[in-house]
Amino acid sequence: MANDAIDIRYVAKLARLALTDDEIERFGKQLGDLLGHVNALADLDIASVPATAQVVESRNVTRDDELRPCLDRETVLSAAPQRQGGFFRVPRIIAE
Amino acid sequence: MSEIIERSAAGIAAQVNAKQAGALEIAEATLAHVRSVEGEVGAYLTVLDDLARAQARRVDERIRAGEHLPLAGVPVAVKDNMCLEGTRTTCGSKILENWIAPYTATAVARILEAGGIPIGKANCDEFAMGSSCENSALGVTRNPYDLSRVPGGSSGGSAAAVASYEAAIGLGSDTGGSIREPGAFCNLVGFKPTYGRVSRYGLIAFASSLDQIGPLTRTVEDAALAYDAMGGYDPMDSTSINKPLEPTAGSWRDDLRGLRVGIVREFDTKTLGADLDTIYRKAYADLERLGAELVEVSLPTADYGVPTYYLVAPAECSSNLARFDGVRYGLRVDGADVRAMYDSTRAAGFGPEVKRRILIGTHALSSGYYDAYYVRAQKARTLIARDFERAFAQCDAIACPAASCPAFVFNAKSDPYSMYLMDYYTIPMALAGLPALSVPCGWATPEGGSLPMPLGLQLTTPLFAERLLLDVAHAYEAATGHAAAHRPALGAVRA
Amino acid sequence: MNVEYEAVVGIECHVELKTKTKMFCGCANEFGGEPNTKVCPVCLGMPGALPVPNAKALEHTVNAGLAFGAKIPSFSKFDRKNYFYPDMPKDYQISQYDMPLTMGGSVKYWLDDGTMRECRLTRIHLEEDTGKSTHAGSGDGRIAGSSYSLLDFNRAGVPLMECVSEPELHSAADAVAYLESLRRTLLVLGVSDVKMEEGSLRCDANVSIRPVGSTELGTKTEIKNMNSFRSVERAIESEIERQVAALRAGERIIQETRGWDEVHGVTHPMRSKEEAHDYRYFPDPDLVPLEIAAADVDRLRAQLPELPWQRFERYAREYGLGSRQATQLVDNVSLSGYFDRVVAISGNAQQSSNFVLGELSRLANEHDVAVAESKVSPEHLAELIALVDSKKINSKIAKELLVRMWDGAGSPVAVVDRESLAQTSDPAAIEALVDGVLTANAAVVADFRAGKTNVAGFLVGQVMKASRGKADPALVNELVQKKLSV
Repeated sequence: MANDAIDIRYVAKLARLALTDDEIERFGKQLGDLLGHVNALADLDIASVPATAQVVESRNVTRDDELRPCLDRETVLSAAPQRQGGFFRVPRIIAE
Repeated sequence: MSEIIERSAAGIAAQVNAKQAGALEIAEATLAHVRSVEGEVGAYLTVLDDLARAQARRVDERIRAGEHLPLAGVPVAVKDNMCLEGTRTTCGSKILENWIAPYTATAVARILEAGGIPIGKANCDEFAMGSSCENSALGVTRNPYDLSRVPGGSSGGSAAAVASYEAAIGLGSDTGGSIREPGAFCNLVGFKPTYGRVSRYGLIAFASSLDQIGPLTRTVEDAALAYDAMGGYDPMDSTSINKPLEPTAGSWRDDLRGLRVGIVREFDTKTLGADLDTIYRKAYADLERLGAELVEVSLPTADYGVPTYYLVAPAECSSNLARFDGVRYGLRVDGADVRAMYDSTRAAGFGPEVKRRILIGTHALSSGYYDAYYVRAQKARTLIARDFERAFAQCDAIACPAASCPAFVFNAKSDPYSMYLMDYYTIPMALAGLPALSVPCGWATPEGGSLPMPLGLQLTTPLFAERLLLDVAHAYEAATGHAAAHRPALGAVRA
Repeated sequence: MNVEYEAVVGIECHVELKTKTKMFCGCANEFGGEPNTKVCPVCLGMPGALPVPNAKALEHTVNAGLAFGAKIPSFSKFDRKNYFYPDMPKDYQISQYDMPLTMGGSVKYWLDDGTMRECRLTRIHLEEDTGKSTHAGSGDGRIAGSSYSLLDFNRAGVPLMECVSEPELHSAADAVAYLESLRRTLLVLGVSDVKMEEGSLRCDANVSIRPVGSTELGTKTEIKNMNSFRSVERAIESEIERQVAALRAGERIIQETRGWDEVHGVTHPMRSKEEAHDYRYFPDPDLVPLEIAAADVDRLRAQLPELPWQRFERYAREYGLGSRQATQLVDNVSLSGYFDRVVAISGNAQQSSNFVLGELSRLANEHDVAVAESKVSPEHLAELIALVDSKKINSKIAKELLVRMWDGAGSPVAVVDRESLAQTSDPAAIEALVDGVLTANAAVVADFRAGKTNVAGFLVGQVMKASRGKADPALVNELVQKKLSV
């Protein structure tokens, strides 16, 4: 079981969360503490145990290829933090 | 305070259906009462005066037209993580502080269709993450039985609303105990159905494989009525169970003869202190007096519940909450480019507990850690479910505490892990998807406190055995009547 | 000493499926339209919304897999691919990671000269498309240098099939032939419109080179931004050239993504990723697994139509049609269906192909009516072919007849009989005509005997005229030559 400290900076970047230095330190400690408790799971013998992805046992839940009403555009765009005409607008995307 | 709003939901519906009271007058009475107690309780983030009246008028019309509605005129508190079209739906978070939902959650729609009147959107821990309602970024809710104490969480607002007669049914959501624990803290029945029994469409997701909507009510019968109205298959939710729903309300058992109730060896109530130990042992004895055979059962992996949950739930939530990015709705904090916008928006919009869970969840899913954390936790979950299966081979229902203590004072649990432990008894059932509820089982004045606080007995049964679960709870409630022992400590509520 | 390099190419295609609605919600799946008018809480990633998979999209994907001979595992699931991007409504994409709907399989394709090849597939899986972003402020619509972007989510949630090939293609021509066959197959199955110009077929290429004879793979680059098959060909060629030149100059190939610049005919590095994405794949807890019964797979497999490569092989091998003719027919389903019916009756594949692709298609283009919808029934065309085969009529008469059949003349046998259009093949009758013409044109005959041999054509023409076009031209020519050389 992994015992290393969490790289809070890396994880925050993946999660797109800007953290202050204070938060990085505080969360580092709190989550380190949580992981300490979580490490108890290493005791369990799970070699041949399947993971529970879901409690329900349903399979093949699908829907027919039939149209359903969509949302009115004004309703949709009225919630937009920034819009331009019929579009959502965001600041520039730095190309990858 | 108008007497009718103290009635149970069943009582109110009966009066309205019998045309002895109108939905509109009940709505007005409730709204007036809300105005007088909200200053103390703070259950609602948004009071829905106009919608309540409009809905009440519609219900009155339908009654006049000869319809019979199971929840006719019943005032309902809707947890603010459930979409109700046209209402501010915030999840207790700054990131959705001004978001108006453009559609209604299926479960909520069904409650309204059954005659329920939406009084307000209830406060909750931010994104349903917490056990005290203290994590709400938008308001403080107090326990109506002692305003210096928390109502529990995350469905604290819904619980407080029902406890203070600001509603007769509170809709809550339970992921690790968020209905059952506030139910216990506020002298209510808090019921979490089997996973998949109530549609999650329109419930703003925290942990998709655990979240369930359920009722908080003053009586078991009310919980059954609410569940019967909102449960059942929904084609908009792939995880919704397509199995016929047998009605749970009505034709209650008189006693528990022929039933075996399991007492969990690992849940030794002596660890809860003398007062609570006495109360729970009496509760078990009461079950026995009702005719149940008490059987000792074992849940050897119970201790792994909290660590398992605090990997699985955050992992799912870290993905579920990615959509809050300032692009299409909600808070946006501008940035030089889109990445900076994401980072600042989410930093400003989420509170510390949400950030913690997103971080730990992201970590648990990240490359190099996925197997050691997320997969391992999902396997532990299987072991916990198997423990219950084995236990249910020896009993029909399991009884245990709903929480390790009564409602605590504000800021009592500042260490995150100590707050996580509040879910110790409720998490295992959630991980296994089992139906479970909390029903009032006594009172204790906490150390340092001056008012007696309620305690909850948790009951759980195998998957899909809601009927049995509510039956056992109903028999226990009828025989013991603990809830009636004390009234909420509010000025506006007659002592 | 110059090392000889060979190219190793893999193609990754994204195919928008042809369904009425999107992958996980009931919004319309159609090209075009005002922005943000085909959206709902689900495909906008609104709080509380949940996905429910489109059964048709699943069926299309399984059909595609079966058409390519892939294995359909009995258990499949959807996973979340987590990353942030403004055109991603949930900031995760519902996709498939380790248990896709189909595994393996291959695309059989053919080169211009008719050579059949095969390229294996790694997998085909199902996912949802993203929204569309347009970038403003950079002058050329590209991201680089833009100051803001606009988002349209009409496309978000459209079902997308990702087809990944093994790196088994060895040239740009190979890659295009592969793509053509892939596209033809998907079109015949009806699972997609596969139009690059509408975005229903998008592809990226992975290109690397290695010394001929080596079995190791060189460093590969990923080429994006190719908007047509022609672009794909040019881009891959350009990239192969660039890599060869680089290695010959002693440089290393950097693993990167490069964008094709259509205008300048080169690839440019796109800004290299700061770090590889950690997508944190995990099974989507909002969806339940898919269990596909073997009986259903068998039923779908039995319902597959004749696939383009199968049809091509049938035309080339069984009918001996040339590669170009065979391809033309394969590319036009209604035409090849018509063709098949004609061959079934006439038994003469070459003639059938000549008429169908020749005169009939010319008439079809001229009148803007499909051959299969014209007044020329396969039965009647077969009659015409039989008349020509048996030399009852000559090719000139046949051509004229075809035009009249196009206009509704009906059975050519009936017309020939009614109007006595039968070719005169009776040697005695033709000989009499030839004698007559030679006698009437003694001066020309004298010219021929004097050495002007080309006047024979004039004399043949005169015989044809005398016969009102009905004489067998071959026989006339033969007899005229014979009599002139006496």
